Amino acid sequence: MTLAMRIKQLSAMQFTALSLCLLFFTATASIVVGPMTIPVFDSFQGLTPWASELPQHIQMVIHQIRLPRTLLCMLIGAILAVSGAVMQGLFRNPLAEPGIIGVSAGAALGAALAIVLFAQLSFAVPAFMNLAAVPLFAFIGGALTTLLVYYMGTSQYGTSVTVMLLAGVAISALSGAGIGYLNFIADDQMLRDLSLWSMGSLAGASWSSIILSAVALIILLVVFIRRASSLNALLLGEAEAGHLGVDTQKLKTTLILLCAMGVGVTVSIAGMIGFIGLIIPHLGRLISGPDHRHLIPVSALLGALLLTLADMFARVAVTPAELPVGIVTAILGAPFFLYLLFQQRGKM
Amino acid sequence: MANLEKNAISIQNLSLSLGNKQILNNLSVEIKSNQVTALLGPNGAGKSSLLKCLSRELSVPKNTQLKYFEHSITDWPKNLLPQHLAVLAQQSSLTFAFTVQEVIELGLLPLNLSTKQAKKVVRENMVKVGVENLADRLYPTLSGGEKQRVHLARVLTQLNQSKDKTILMLDEPTSALDLAHQHNTLKLAKQLAYEGAAVIIVLHDLNLAAQYADRVLVLADGEIKADGTPWNALTSNMIEKVYGQKTLIEKHPISDYPVIHAA
Repeated sequence: MTLAMRIKQLSAMQFTALSLCLLFFTATASIVVGPMTIPVFDSFQGLTPWASELPQHIQMVIHQIRLPRTLLCMLIGAILAVSGAVMQGLFRNPLAEPGIIGVSAGAALGAALAIVLFAQLSFAVPAFMNLAAVPLFAFIGGALTTLLVYYMGTSQYGTSVTVMLLAGVAISALSGAGIGYLNFIADDQMLRDLSLWSMGSLAGASWSSIILSAVALIILLVVFIRRASSLNALLLGEAEAGHLGVDTQKLKTTLILLCAMGVGVTVSIAGMIGFIGLIIPHLGRLISGPDHRHLIPVSALLGALLLTLADMFARVAVTPAELPVGIVTAILGAPFFLYLLFQQRGKM
Repeated sequence: MANLEKNAISIQNLSLSLGNKQILNNLSVEIKSNQVTALLGPNGAGKSSLLKCLSRELSVPKNTQLKYFEHSITDWPKNLLPQHLAVLAQQSSLTFAFTVQEVIELGLLPLNLSTKQAKKVVRENMVKVGVENLADRLYPTLSGGEKQRVHLARVLTQLNQSKDKTILMLDEPTSALDLAHQHNTLKLAKQLAYEGAAVIIVLHDLNLAAQYADRVLVLADGEIKADGTPWNALTSNMIEKVYGQKTLIEKHPISDYPVIHAA
C-alpha cells in the first residue's frame, strides 16, 4: 500500500481553488432551493449591489432567511469539522468526536441551564448578558466534559477507546437527564428554545449568531494552524512530543479549551449536530494526509461544504416541513461510525 | 574528539519510588561523550525508569542534581535541549497514516532549517538507517522492525547539524529487529559515539552489549551493581548474582570481546 491510498495529491492551490468554487456553487444552490424556489439568476443578483432591483419578497427571503442560514451552515460546519480534527489528534484516536465522547451533550446541558436560569433572572440582567450567557455556559459544559473524558481515558500508552466511548455514553445520559428535568420545569417559551437542542437546527440563523461563529472560527483556525506541527508531534505520544520540545501540558490545555469553545458556540446556536466532526477529518486525511498543517484548513472547507449540503437536503426532503439537520448528519454519520468501530475491533 | 572524557550527563542522588516500591535507590552516575554506554539488568531493575529520569521524561526529585554537559537542567533553554538530547522509545502510539517521510520530518520540529536543508537532513538520515526505499510507504503498513528504524531516523533528525554536544538514548532499540538490523543499528550507534555523541542503550542481550558497548552499567534493585568495560563488568560471578544464571565466558574467536554462554 502506498500513496495510492490517498486521493491523487492536489497542490494546495488547486485544492483551495476547487473547494472554494464548490463552496460558492453550493452556497448559491442553498439560496435557490427551499419551499419557495428563487431563480438562479436572481440568487446571484441578490448577492450583488443590484439586489435592490429584485422584487421585495425575494430580497427578503434572500437577505433575511436564506443567506444568513447558508453562511451560518458554512461557519458551523467548519467549526465542527476543525474541532473534530483536532480532537482526534489530541486523543490520538480517529473515533474521537465532540458528539460521540459527550462534549456536545455537556455543552447542551450548560446551554439549557443558561436558558432556564437566565430566563428566570432576565428581569435583573441586561439583554446582552442574556445573549452571551448561553454560549458561555455551553463552553463551560463542553470544557468540563472534555477534560473529564480526556483524563479518564488517556494514559501514556494512548487513549482507551472503551473508556472514551463509555464516558461519552455516561455523560450523554447525564446531560439527557438534566435537559429532561429542565424541560419539566420550563415554561412554554423556554420549551421552544430547549427543543432546539434535541436534534439540531440552523433555522434560527441571525446576523448576530453569524458574527459570533465567524469570530470563533477565526480564533480556532489561527490557533489550530499555529499549533499544528506540535499536534503532529503529539500523535507520536506525549513523551515523544516532549522529547521534541513540545510543552505537552500547555498544548493539551489550549486545544481542549478551544475545542470546547468551538463546540459550545455551535451548540448554543444550532444545537447538537453530530458526526460532522467525525466524517470530515477522515475525508480530509484522504485528501491531505494526516498532517494537521494541511488537514485543518482542508477540514474547514469540507465541513462547510457538507453541512450546507446536509441542511439543503433537510429543507427540501419533506417540503413544506423541514427535517432537523441533526437527523441528516446522523443518517450519514452513524453508519460511518459503526464502520470505523468495526475496523478498530482488534484494538479495543 | 573535543568531548573526550567530558561528562555528557551527570546525575547525583537519584531516588525514585512509585507507590510503595523503591525503584531507584540514591543512585549517582555520569555518562561520557564518545562512548556507547549499555544499561543492563534483569526485568524490573529500573533501567527504563533511570532512562526516563535521565531524559527528563520523569521529573527528577528536588534534591537530585541533573546536568547535561556540565550545565544544570535549569540553565538549558527549553527550546534548545531537543537538538542535543534525542530519545528513541520502545514503541510509539502513532496510528495515523503518515508516510515514512512525514514521520521522519516530525524530527525537524526543534530545528530551524530551510526547506532545502531539511530535505537534505531527512534524506541523509533515511539512508543512514536504511529506510530510503520506504519513503512513500504508509507508516501503519510497516512491520515492527521497519517502524523502529523509521523512528530511529526521526530521532537522529532532531539533533543539531554540527553534532555538537549530542546525547542519544535508545530504549531496547533491537527488540523488534532481525539479526542483521540489530547489528546495523548498534553499528550506527557506535559510529555516532565515534563522531562524538554520548550514546546510552538499554539492552537485554548481554552479548550485544559485550560486542558494542564501551562501558556497561548493570542495574539491579535500583542500584548499580557493576560498572566498567564489558570484560571488567560482565563477570560470571556478577551475572549469577544479578540474574541468577550460571554462565561461561570466553573470548570471541576473532575479535577481543567477551562472549557469554548460559551454562
